[in-house]
Amino acid sequence: MAKTPVTFTLNDTEAALFVDPGASLVDVLRRGAGDLTPKQGCAQGTCGACTVLIDGVPHLSCLTLAETVQGRRVDTAGGLADGPALHPLQRAFIDGFAAQCGFCTSGMLMAAKALLDHNANPTRDEVIEAISGNLCRCTGYEPIVDAILSAAAQMRGQPALQQGAL
Amino acid sequence: MVAVETYQTVAEAAAGLGEGARYLGGGTIVMRQVNYGDQGFHRIVRAARPERGIGNDVQGLRIGAGTTMADILAHAELSFLHPVAGQIGGPAIRNMATVGGNLFAENPYGDMAAALLALDAQVIMAGGQTHPMERFLADRKHMRGLVEAVSLQRPQPGAFYYRKVSRVKPKGVAVITLAALIRGGEPRVVFGNMAAAPMRAHAAERALGGGVSEASIAAACAVCTEGLSPTDDALASAWYRAEVAPVHLRRMLESGGHS
Amino acid sequence: MSSIEFRKDLFADERDDNLKEIGKPTIRQDILGHVTGRTPYYDDHLFDGLLHMRAVRSPHHHAEIRSIDTAAAETMPGVRRVLTAKDVPHNLNTLLSLINFGRDDEPLCADDKVRYLGETVAWVIADTERQARDAVAKVRVDYSVLPHVLDVEEAIAPGAPVINDIYPNNTFDYHQKYDHQKLRFGDVNAGFAKADHIIEAEYQMSPIEQAPIETCGAIAAPETNDRFVCHTNTQALFFSLGTTAKLLGIASSRLHFIGGTAGGGFGGKVDSIVEPTAVLGAMVTGKPVKFAWDRYEEMQVGAPRGGERWRIKDGVMADGRIVAREFTGFFDSGAYMRLSPYAIIKATGHLPGPYAIPNVASNVYCCITNRTPATAMRGFGITAVDFSIECHMDRVAEAVGMNPVELRILNAYRDGDMKAHRRKAKNTALIECCQVAAGKASWPISADAAAQSSRVGGGTPERVAIPETSVDEDGRIGERRQGRVADTSPSKTPTGRVAAGTHREAVAGAPVQNPDMQIDADRIGHKMGATTSAAAPVAPQAAPPAAGPSAQPAPPQPVAPAEPTPPASPAPYAPAEKFSRGVRRPGSSPFTSGFRRR
Repeated sequence: MAKTPVTFTLNDTEAALFVDPGASLVDVLRRGAGDLTPKQGCAQGTCGACTVLIDGVPHLSCLTLAETVQGRRVDTAGGLADGPALHPLQRAFIDGFAAQCGFCTSGMLMAAKALLDHNANPTRDEVIEAISGNLCRCTGYEPIVDAILSAAAQMRGQPALQQGAL
Repeated sequence: MVAVETYQTVAEAAAGLGEGARYLGGGTIVMRQVNYGDQGFHRIVRAARPERGIGNDVQGLRIGAGTTMADILAHAELSFLHPVAGQIGGPAIRNMATVGGNLFAENPYGDMAAALLALDAQVIMAGGQTHPMERFLADRKHMRGLVEAVSLQRPQPGAFYYRKVSRVKPKGVAVITLAALIRGGEPRVVFGNMAAAPMRAHAAERALGGGVSEASIAAACAVCTEGLSPTDDALASAWYRAEVAPVHLRRMLESGGHS
Repeated sequence: MSSIEFRKDLFADERDDNLKEIGKPTIRQDILGHVTGRTPYYDDHLFDGLLHMRAVRSPHHHAEIRSIDTAAAETMPGVRRVLTAKDVPHNLNTLLSLINFGRDDEPLCADDKVRYLGETVAWVIADTERQARDAVAKVRVDYSVLPHVLDVEEAIAPGAPVINDIYPNNTFDYHQKYDHQKLRFGDVNAGFAKADHIIEAEYQMSPIEQAPIETCGAIAAPETNDRFVCHTNTQALFFSLGTTAKLLGIASSRLHFIGGTAGGGFGGKVDSIVEPTAVLGAMVTGKPVKFAWDRYEEMQVGAPRGGERWRIKDGVMADGRIVAREFTGFFDSGAYMRLSPYAIIKATGHLPGPYAIPNVASNVYCCITNRTPATAMRGFGITAVDFSIECHMDRVAEAVGMNPVELRILNAYRDGDMKAHRRKAKNTALIECCQVAAGKASWPISADAAAQSSRVGGGTPERVAIPETSVDEDGRIGERRQGRVADTSPSKTPTGRVAAGTHREAVAGAPVQNPDMQIDADRIGHKMGATTSAAAPVAPQAAPPAAGPSAQPAPPQPVAPAEPTPPASPAPYAPAEKFSRGVRRPGSSPFTSGFRRR
């Protein structure tokens, strides 16, 4: 079948791929570019596990026609860490026990990153709103919201919020 | 298998439609169908530069069909639509879902379409023809061509009412969507998920013809489900929707309009 | 995160506080992988030339399959194979055949008829998922629609359509004797006769889908040495391996299953459907094959926690003491048995809830309907009846005009009390739970209720006694279908008495098959008192510590779990065809392949 060439920036690296017509971005990221961090949970835009940033703005990669990212920038959870140095969100998710099975985590992190990138000091309600398109079935949302607030505090140069007994 | 055809403008895409094609806007409806192997189409038609943004024309406000929910939220002039756009999906959906797509969203989706019906918007097709929302929604399955934009009059402050009823907190898919425009002697009251497409509750409108008062609200609630056939789905039964529709209509009207 | 408080006054002997890891806060070992997105889920294993397998599914609740025409699908672009029931080597199984429980009743692919909406009738294997979906749409199945039944009580009524000839009464057969699981303790009818109040109510729970964010799926591929590797998100790796070996008629030693990482499960990933399907695909194509459910399939054909209906009847004295409690329960197993018959035994062992009630009777039915088969989900077998019991406690409190928390404390079981399944209760702590909950909720309770303790007052001669028990033989297999059983609730006219103090012999559903599977208390390093054995009727019994490995099945133990109280049932169920899998070597376990520690 005829494939379409697509070039885009994936986490600071140039990606050049041939994609099947109708292929979704999550499929192309995973099987074409080999970035397995976005997960496909529903393929219908309800779970948020495939959330990536396109030009800095959160999108559902399962509902994004892959060829529409031509010339654009795509950021995934695979690009969060700076080498071995974790992003403050990643650190806060670990310290705050904000992941259990881990399947929603990549999408949660990207939704949270999109928030913190333009709002350094979000309220709890703003955090809840930012992840309102991301479903979690095991951890529960409270540790995730706490972790995002904690990461925000740390990124502002304040000590991380108290994480309770852990 | 599907093929993708990309045109520059919506008008060109409209000319390229034809057999077995579906127009891809923000992707939240059509990509879902693609992912699930919908056999109803095998061509995806899209426009590289759909009309996107908010402007003014002779009718009043003009909203391009490619305008996203996030675009509306970023536009202070459209603050009366912020409660509508803000309760659709999460941030990622709002960055993708378009006003044009929402006009075709099937139950339980289509909150913006319900609001635009209440606001008496006009649908502007790529060829220039216009249709009132009410007629457009009734015929949308057979509508030929593509939507270029919608136009509407800005409501008077406090005249537009909106309420989305969901079982999920902080928000989720609508059990019922309610929207109303209370102006002069011709109020418009709209329910979503109470028929195959957003639909006016004419009996309730007549009851509110003399203005919003305790008595007229009670009268409107008593008759608001007349002529409607509520959706029966996994979110709620038709019976439940019919039972709670008057309750939510009363709450919406009592809580006041948006400005 | 809040820490857990262990009440040492109640659980002093339960755990050594000097352990290095257990009981200490720790960072999850897998969380670094989660936050960096590097945790390898089954679908994160990339294979060149991966083929995609999709199922053709029934649009009917119940229909005879007249014919299947795959010709058009086979000529679709990219299609490698179209498979139907005849391609499955041993197309009949029941999930618990691994422990010799129940009869094989479920095909991997429907052959003669479909019994629920969404049941598999064929598969397509193609180069891309889209090609597989397009070809699925081209498979033509000629159905003859049959009457269906979606309600548990309608399903067991005379005249209901027979859903599966393997269970022709639409119920599981308990102990080869009854169409329901009985529990009898004391004499409920006598209890009702002397009670001041009778409180009856019905409770209904709907099916609940586990809805993990990652849907069920597996990738299978040919491996070296004539084996197949299978990456899966199963919650029960060896269950899935054994089931695959059986359905595909191959030795388990030819299967290399890799799992352990699931994107949520909650019980919804134990049913071992995607694994045999993917391996079948790899066997017939010689290529890597992925078989995964989409979200629609996960919701429609993914086995949920089954619906349950419970009727509870309590006999209560004016002072709030519950003197008799009767249950009639119906589990909606869906079209096939899977785990529901076992869940009922678990539920029965739980009755009458955490209360000391001297007369208890229960009939629980495992009903086949034309719904999606039910399976495990977090405490299944217990949660629905617990919900019903606690709702009912509030109704009882209202009826007798009592504080509902005090009613619970009054009736709570205490350490040493005899439970209806004839085990002594220990570490009960319900009273303390009620006291703490009342405190946290600022719910006033009397000084007397606040002074109660679960460690005091239990196990008195009166409370530890097994009462004389009235028994009956109502509801023998097949009678109900013939219209010869009027009622589903426990008998009003018992026909026998069992003397006070009588334990029943436990019957192990599956005799131990190999001496090395005998649980040896010395070997597992865990304290097992005579009354703490966890054995349910289906589990092998613990051997006395001194016995060591023995060639004989464990002797019956003097305990009585949820086994029918009336006269001894005959020999445990034995399948017509003895089931085994794996390498048949003297001394090897049929459950595992390869080396086993002796």
